[in-house]
Amino acid sequence: MSISPEEIKVVPRGPEPGGAGGAYRAFGETLRGLRTTMGRMFEKPVTIQYPEEKTPVYPRFRGRHKLHRFEDSHLEKCVGCSLCVAACPADCIRVVAAENDPEDRVSAGERYAAVYEINLARCIFCGYCEMACPFDAITMGHDYEMADYNRSDLIFTKEMLLAEPLERTPLRGEGE
Amino acid sequence: MLTPLLADTNFVDATWIMIVKSLVIFIVLLTIVPVVLLAERKLLGRFQQRYGPNRVGPYGALQPLADVGKLLSKQGFRPKGAVPYLYEIAPAISIFAAVVTLAILPFGDVQGGVGLYGVDLPIGILYFFAFGAIGFYGLLLGGWASGSKYSFLGAMRSAAQLISYEIAMGLSLLGVVMMAGSLSLVDIVKAQGDIWFIFPQIVGFLIFMVAGFAETNRVPFDLPEADAELVAGYSTEYGGMRFGSYFFAEYMEILIISGIAATMFFGGWMGPGPPVLDPIWMLAKMLAVTFFFIWIRATLPRFRYDQLMSFGWKILLPIATLNVLVTAVLVVVT
Repeated sequence: MSISPEEIKVVPRGPEPGGAGGAYRAFGETLRGLRTTMGRMFEKPVTIQYPEEKTPVYPRFRGRHKLHRFEDSHLEKCVGCSLCVAACPADCIRVVAAENDPEDRVSAGERYAAVYEINLARCIFCGYCEMACPFDAITMGHDYEMADYNRSDLIFTKEMLLAEPLERTPLRGEGE
Repeated sequence: MLTPLLADTNFVDATWIMIVKSLVIFIVLLTIVPVVLLAERKLLGRFQQRYGPNRVGPYGALQPLADVGKLLSKQGFRPKGAVPYLYEIAPAISIFAAVVTLAILPFGDVQGGVGLYGVDLPIGILYFFAFGAIGFYGLLLGGWASGSKYSFLGAMRSAAQLISYEIAMGLSLLGVVMMAGSLSLVDIVKAQGDIWFIFPQIVGFLIFMVAGFAETNRVPFDLPEADAELVAGYSTEYGGMRFGSYFFAEYMEILIISGIAATMFFGGWMGPGPPVLDPIWMLAKMLAVTFFFIWIRATLPRFRYDQLMSFGWKILLPIATLNVLVTAVLVVVT
């Protein structure tokens, strides 16, 4: 394929470096650089002082999981169906279901999760468990500060997942 | 011993006053070094729209202390291939040469029978160059005695760079010396009563500053220790307080170059107000030049090695020589 002369765009090139003109331009550019850096000095730093200040997360941010109860009866929403376990690509959820005692119900359904563990060291925060859940019993929360000293401490049990997080992560409004 | 050397100086103090003076100068400058260190990190942060260190103490004011504490608690390690004594002596040479040069910085004229300077040498500025040259041995020996290729390469680069720019630096100050008609720094400051030498010697000043950046291994001439390329140049194998000594000597060098620049070009201690303020003026001018060092560091990228060499030899040296020649002619004519 040949290029016609009209298609060729001539780009103006900068002056050749070196020589007296080059030295003069280099000096001018240095002054321009100095002015630029000095200008930055009078602007407010863009740093977010992380542990004290936090960037708010988006509403759909997928942080640490939460298990939910019904607000009126305080029964657990989870019925131990293990669909989340099936959906989990990282294989980090473990559910052991048990029959509800009609006298002392734990969940609203026939069965409940006697053991519900998420290994957060393995979790990839994909949110498939949330999507698989037929009762909206598990959702992805907004917490992301989960660092710990032990791998075993990263296995979250049902009580930990049901409890309110210790500290609320700042949330960004829709469209903010 | 010292008497013939000091024979034709303007003023010689009693011995005990000299001792007190040297202690005062040393302590004051020793305390300024950590301040400059912190100021550099804070200012660099600001130049890059960050905060800089602000965790240790109020506004990060205790950061240098924390750094020194950390360096002091490190193990004094010597690599297997290192030359035993030289490896340990080299940082000491660096720091010695830096501290010794403080003696000639004048912080004021003779006031109340005490000269506000370490010593007013008749050879003045030559003393600065002499000890600057000795300081190179610290870097060279350190790099060579470490028994490491990286250190050695870094040391060789420093040697080439420092020798190249030493010449331009010497020539740049020659114009000032000719105009003042004296090598003594006190006389040079006194000669600036009418006009600071930066105005007639602006070319000399620019050359001096550029060469000063090179002499102190600062950006844009920080090839000897180019963080990104050479590991850490001559100080690669050093750790703990030996590394701290190099670091300290480097910042002391910056202060000294700033001091020399303030003395030679900015009228030293001269400023409005009573003579009591003279040392303050000198310090303020010194720190202003130091600020310029930091400002440049935030602005310019590093030179390529061949650019560094050709800039030193092909541009700086001819301009400096020309500056000296023109000054010489003008001094003789007027």
